[in-house]
Amino acid sequence: MSQIEHVPPSPRGAAAVEMQKVTKAFGELVVLNQLDLHVEPGEVVVIIGPSGSGKTTILRVVMTLERIDDGYIQIGERQLYHEEKNGELVRASEKHIRSIRSDISMVFQHFNLFPHMSARENVMLAPIKVKGLSEDEAAEKAKLLLDRVGLGDKLDHRPSELSGGQKQRVAIARSLAMEPRVMLFDEVTSALDPELVGEVLNVLRELAASGDMTMMMVTHEMGFASEMADRVLMFDKGRILEQGPPDKIFKDPDHERTKSFLRAVLSH
Amino acid sequence: MLDDLILNPNQYRNLLQGTWVTIQVIAGSFALGTVMSLVVGVARLSSLRWVRGAALVYIEFARGVAAIILLFWMAYALPILFGLPSMPALLAGILALGLNMGAYGAEIVRGAIQAVPKGQYEASVALNLSSRDRLRHVILPQAVPIILPPYGNLTIEVLKGTALVSLIGLSDLAFETQLLRTGRVRSSDPVNLPFLYLNVLVIYLILSQLTAYLFRIAEKRSARKFGST
Amino acid sequence: MQSAWDWEFAWEILPELVRGMVTTVSVTLVGIVIAVVLGLFLALGRRSDKRLISYPTAGFIEFVRSTPLLIQLFFLYYALPTTDLPTWLTTWDAFVTLFVALGIHYACYASEAYRAGIESVPRGQWEAATSLNLRIRTTWRSVILPQAVPRSLPPLGNYFVAMFKDAPIGSAITVPGVLFVARAIQSATFRSVEPYTIAGLLFLAVSIPAAMLVRRLERRVAYESD
Repeated sequence: MSQIEHVPPSPRGAAAVEMQKVTKAFGELVVLNQLDLHVEPGEVVVIIGPSGSGKTTILRVVMTLERIDDGYIQIGERQLYHEEKNGELVRASEKHIRSIRSDISMVFQHFNLFPHMSARENVMLAPIKVKGLSEDEAAEKAKLLLDRVGLGDKLDHRPSELSGGQKQRVAIARSLAMEPRVMLFDEVTSALDPELVGEVLNVLRELAASGDMTMMMVTHEMGFASEMADRVLMFDKGRILEQGPPDKIFKDPDHERTKSFLRAVLSH
Repeated sequence: MLDDLILNPNQYRNLLQGTWVTIQVIAGSFALGTVMSLVVGVARLSSLRWVRGAALVYIEFARGVAAIILLFWMAYALPILFGLPSMPALLAGILALGLNMGAYGAEIVRGAIQAVPKGQYEASVALNLSSRDRLRHVILPQAVPIILPPYGNLTIEVLKGTALVSLIGLSDLAFETQLLRTGRVRSSDPVNLPFLYLNVLVIYLILSQLTAYLFRIAEKRSARKFGST
Repeated sequence: MQSAWDWEFAWEILPELVRGMVTTVSVTLVGIVIAVVLGLFLALGRRSDKRLISYPTAGFIEFVRSTPLLIQLFFLYYALPTTDLPTWLTTWDAFVTLFVALGIHYACYASEAYRAGIESVPRGQWEAATSLNLRIRTTWRSVILPQAVPRSLPPLGNYFVAMFKDAPIGSAITVPGVLFVARAIQSATFRSVEPYTIAGLLFLAVSIPAAMLVRRLERRVAYESD
């Protein structure tokens, strides 16, 4: 861990997510290399790149599933991994991290629904335990959200009774229940049968179109990306190779690496 | 106080004599138990119904009737049925623990044999091997690495079980401990009971760890020799 | 020379032996309660992040599992009273000492069953809980344990049957279980075949159904987790 320099807050006003010089290594392998990334509120950022490039790790360090070795991550106006103590910026306590984490939510490739609870209970748990809602309030909210993702008739079904696409939609509803500022999507359609991908993309499309959810997505769904992304990031070997609007990246990328990657992916 | 933690040499000599008897018991039980495990384990998978049934009955009985009850029955009931006044405690111990161990071991052997990939059977049939050769040269060797880890645990359980033979008067480690406790063994200073038992527990711990170590070595060697391609 | 088997005698001693069996079963049930509760604490202690807790806990579990229950029983019954520990801790009667010894010994096995159950819960569940910002306590209570405990039940069931089979060691410290009664009958009447055979049959009558129940539980849990 290098000496912490006091880095002033981003001059561009409260970004939704601000990553500064974020470094993360697993043993010898440096997965994130001094990463700088700025995400505006309401922006939809899609991250593409070869597997092993570290793109999932970006999401995981924001969700605090992995801790960063170096650098800063800011959510809104607050530092995620650092707090102020006597005018100094020090490594944050668990309590501090917990106080910000509710603003971040994540949907996983393999759903990670709680198998011993119904769809409704899955969505209700966190609002009750973390946000202090009463059971009735949480139940009502769960119904609204599950209706919104098209599963109003599956409230009391267990995950084992649902298809992959339905499970993923429950997972999205579960994340939405926390009213996060930032939602992270880790290859959320990669584990689905092809005919179930569409129903999940529709939900994501609706979320993205609303304009008030900041979304960071790792995905191979280039069609969706070119349609809904505000910005596409090409990630390779721990660094952002290039970034820009979908038109630029997909139609006229600067780097050879990006071109060859897109050729390989889009030729399926 | 530290003085009391270490027992005096006389006491250790008695305990070590007991340990030697314990080792004899576990060795005998292990031998009998392993033979039973292999025979009954294979029998469980026999194509003959009555063989399978007999194996199952043996397993259910020898497991269900607790080692300790079996031990007392072997020591005090069995000899009468044969018209003998008594039976040597060592023999009763080995019989009871060995047969009990065999019942548990048989299930381990059976499970391991069933875990060998079916392709091995099919290849053996294709090569026209007799079923005895198939078992001896193809199946069992591949079952061995699977058998060893749980079998090691079983052996340690039986080792702990040998302490029961003290209850039928065999002078194993546990029995010697009791003698020291009741002071029937003449020693110059009275023994501190907690430390006596701690010493004894440590001796058993050493025996357990030794057994575990031996099995680990066996596991490594068998993985090299018999491991699947 | 006495005959090998006397039916009248066998019939006579049966009630006493059954009563002894009831004692053996009772002490096992109390031991089970102790093992279930203590085992969970040991399992959590072993998983603790603080080495000051996890190391001694692991050491204790290993030590108890590697040494004979009989010696541990004697330690509690004979050695503890000679120490300077408070009397409420050392002057237990034989029945209490037995179920404490059984409970502690099998708690160490139970802790392994819990540990395996906890570790079989997929990592994704923990990550989902983090992503929802659930408190540690909530994560354990609402997400992990409800999934870990059912998976722990079959091995736990097996350990409790094993505990029942160990319970007769109480006869060595005069707990009036089935084995003690059998030995007493042998001393009093010099007849050994009937008491020990009946004791064995009574044992089978309890342990075989118990083992079958555990096997059914195993199948059910395997079915539901797929």
